[in-house]
This record gives sequence, C-alpha cells and structure tokens, in this order.
Amino acid sequence: MLSWLLGGGAFASFASFLYPVIRFLEPPRITEAPVNEVAAGKVQDLKPNSGKIVRFGAKPALLVRVSETEWKAFTAVCTHLNCTVQYLDSSRQIWCACHNGMYDLSGRVVSGPPPRPLEEYAVNVRGEEVVISRRA
Amino acid sequence: MPERRAADWLDDRLGLGAVRELIEHKTVPVHSATRWYYFGGITLFLFAIQVVTGVLLMFYYRPTVAEAFDSVRFIMTRVEFGWLIRSIHSWSANLLIFVAFIHMFSVLFTHAYRPPRELTWWSGIALLGLMMGFGFSGYLLPWNQISYFATKVGADVAASTPLIGAALARFLRGGDEVGGATLTRFFAFHVMVLPLLTAALMGLHLLLIQKSGMSTPPWIPPAGVRQMKFFPNFFLREAMVWYGALAVLGALAAIFPWELGEKADPFASAPRGIRPEWYFLAQFYTLKLIPSHIWIFEGELLGILAFGVLALWWTLLPVWGVNRAGEARTRLVAGLGVLMVAYLSVFTILGYLK
Repeated sequence: MLSWLLGGGAFASFASFLYPVIRFLEPPRITEAPVNEVAAGKVQDLKPNSGKIVRFGAKPALLVRVSETEWKAFTAVCTHLNCTVQYLDSSRQIWCACHNGMYDLSGRVVSGPPPRPLEEYAVNVRGEEVVISRRA
Repeated sequence: MPERRAADWLDDRLGLGAVRELIEHKTVPVHSATRWYYFGGITLFLFAIQVVTGVLLMFYYRPTVAEAFDSVRFIMTRVEFGWLIRSIHSWSANLLIFVAFIHMFSVLFTHAYRPPRELTWWSGIALLGLMMGFGFSGYLLPWNQISYFATKVGADVAASTPLIGAALARFLRGGDEVGGATLTRFFAFHVMVLPLLTAALMGLHLLLIQKSGMSTPPWIPPAGVRQMKFFPNFFLREAMVWYGALAVLGALAAIFPWELGEKADPFASAPRGIRPEWYFLAQFYTLKLIPSHIWIFEGELLGILAFGVLALWWTLLPVWGVNRAGEARTRLVAGLGVLMVAYLSVFTILGYLK
C-alpha cells in the first residue's frame, strides 16, 4: 500500500512537471482572419502565356494569364507534398519541381504523384487591377 | 618524480586504476574482416569534427528568418576561414552519414547483430536516425531556397504518419507553415536536443561494445583467433585512419566549398532540380515513381507507410536475422543486405540524375 502511494505520488508529480513542457512545445493556434480575395497586381504586369506566384493570405497562389483576355488562378500548393508549383509556358501546364507532378489549366492532375487537383480561384479584372477570389 | 606523484594523486581521487586495467586488457580480434572495425571509430571522429565546427559556427550564426541567410553569408565571406569551417561542417555531416551507413552494413554482413548484441544494433540504428535528424534540421538553418522546400516536403511526409501525423507536423514546423518558428525550433533541435540525445546514446553504444567485446563473424571460429592489443596497437592504426579521413575532408571542403544558394522565399515556386540531401534521395525518387492512387489509397500515403514498415523491419534484424539457437541466418541476411544496398545505390543515383 505504501509503495503504491509512493509510486503514485512520484508518477503524479512527474506528470505535473511534464504537462507544462508538452503544452509549451505545442505551437499556439493563431487564428487569422480568412482571406477570400486579394489584389494580384496590374494587368500589364503579366504577359499572355505566363504565370506568377502571388500571396493569398498565408499561402501562395498561382496566377496565369492564359491569353490576352483569359486568366486563371489556383492555389500554388501542390497536393502531393506541399511544394509550390509553377507555370510552364512551353507546355502550357502547371508543374511541381519537387516530384514532377503535372496539372492542366483546369487544375486537374495530368501526370505524376499528386493525388488531388489544385483548388481553382476566380479571377476578375477590374479596370487595370487583377483580383483573385476564393470561389463560393 | 613529479608526474608520477601527480598520477598517484589523481588515482587516489578518481580511481584511474580501473581505466588503466581496461585499457591494458582490451583487445581486438585480428582476422579477414578486421578492417570493418575502423568504421565505427571514423563515425565517432567525424561526429567530434561536427561538434567542434558546429560550436564555432554558433559564434556567428543567427537563427531568425531575417538574419539566418545573411549570417551564413557573413561567415562565408567576411569571417577569417569562415568558408572553410562551414564547408567542413557540411562535408563532414555528409561523410558522417555515409560512413555510418558503411558501419551499419558491415555489422550486418559480419552478423555482429546476433545475441547478445541486440541492444548495440538498436542503439546504433537510433544513432543513425539521430544523425539523419541532424542532417534534416541542419539543412534548413542557412534558410536558402532548396532547404526551405526540402523542409516543407519533409514536414508533409511527417504529416502522413497515421493518427499523430498532423500534430507531429505542427510540432516540427512550430505552426501550420514552415517559417520563422520552424527555423528556431530546428535550431533548438540541432544544437541542443539532438546533441544531448546523441551523447547519451553514444555513451550507451560504446558501453555495450565495451561490455560484449568486438564481435567476430560466424565463419571465423572464436577459438584461436589472434588478438591485437587495443592500446596502443589498434588505437594507433585507428588514429592513422582518422588522419586519412581528415585529409579527405579537408581536400573536399577546400576544393569543393559548400554552396549557399539563394535566400528562401516562401512566395516563390520550388526551383528546378530541387532535391533533398543524398541520403534521402532513394526515398525521394521512390515517391516520385509511385502513382497518385493505388487502388483506393493515395500513393504518397502508401509509399510513406511502406518506408515506415521497412525501417521497423530493418531495426528488428536481431529478431528475424537469427534462428532459435541464436545463430545468424547468414544467407538470408546477406541476401537481403545485398538487395538493400542495391536498392539504395540505384535509387540514389537515379534520384540524382533524373
């Protein structure tokens, strides 16, 4: 009985030391206001058949000017292992350099290991400004 | 004589007689596989180089997103011999893992994992894991483009661990994304947590080797094996090998200085030709080959689970690598060992070339 009490007390005190350490190591959850729309730059900044990475909240997004009038935007985070994708003007596809994942201009997986398509954003041109927004 | 008196004085207080006894009586078997005994010592030597150069780098390195890259560039361009110290640290880290792999495979092919040396094998595997942890955490510290994306991929691989994956990835990253919190965490792992664990495990590993003595391969009859005194005979030979390793290291560091690359930009695409350190290349290339889906499962998840199972199976070698009598299943283990060497070599080369 005494040894149970002693052992239990030692265990409880050890657990009480360990608990704050574990909680300390756990990164705090910072709730950021969700971003649904960003200004991605001026129309003339991007030539037809080219793409660029823009900031969409805390994550990167890929804006592609497909032609003079057609624009596309996707999350730039590869669905495979989180790398940032890029636009390939030679093949008019979206490519991830990390593991050779390839997507088409609808965000669908064409080849390579990505398991899911890229989330597509809506693009609106307001005057000279290109605006990317999350689809409803 | 004053030195004799000083030795006696120390002996009275520290009990050095036991150490002297140990040194005088420790022997090393001499046979056709004796050369493989040196590789554990070379690993230890390279680790000592890492400690010394790592401490020196800490005098100038600053673990923040704003300053990390510039502080490493400062070390390489402004600090006297800074380029050499940093280059030796990087080259030595890579050679250390290479030599540790040779050491592990030499233990496997000479069947030194068999009873009573199971704990020696397990502590060695844990040390290899720690060395790879050093490599992974140290890779991020210069905060360059390649290391940034390698860490993103590595953390995402950790996120695929069943049940605890998401929490583990958050713990590693210090948040939901690789950023400043990741850098300070990795710095803490690299310079405090991993060295403390390594020191403890290395002590245990050496103690176990000391306790069981050097293993002789099963095809060499233990009786009648010639023995060499550890001190000075084996030690001096090992010291010569260390000099050789130092010469190779110095030449590599001076002729091929380790590059710094470009500063990490979280809002840039992953650069072309991105690849992890060579010791993760085989897994990297395998992940590249696995299709997006296998039946109803995600290919990536299956691949990562397969690596986990393989690592566990490899760790359990002292269990499946011996028969009921505790004798090594030499053909099975050697055959699988050759297959593993072939897989790692071929996929590492393919991962580098493609």
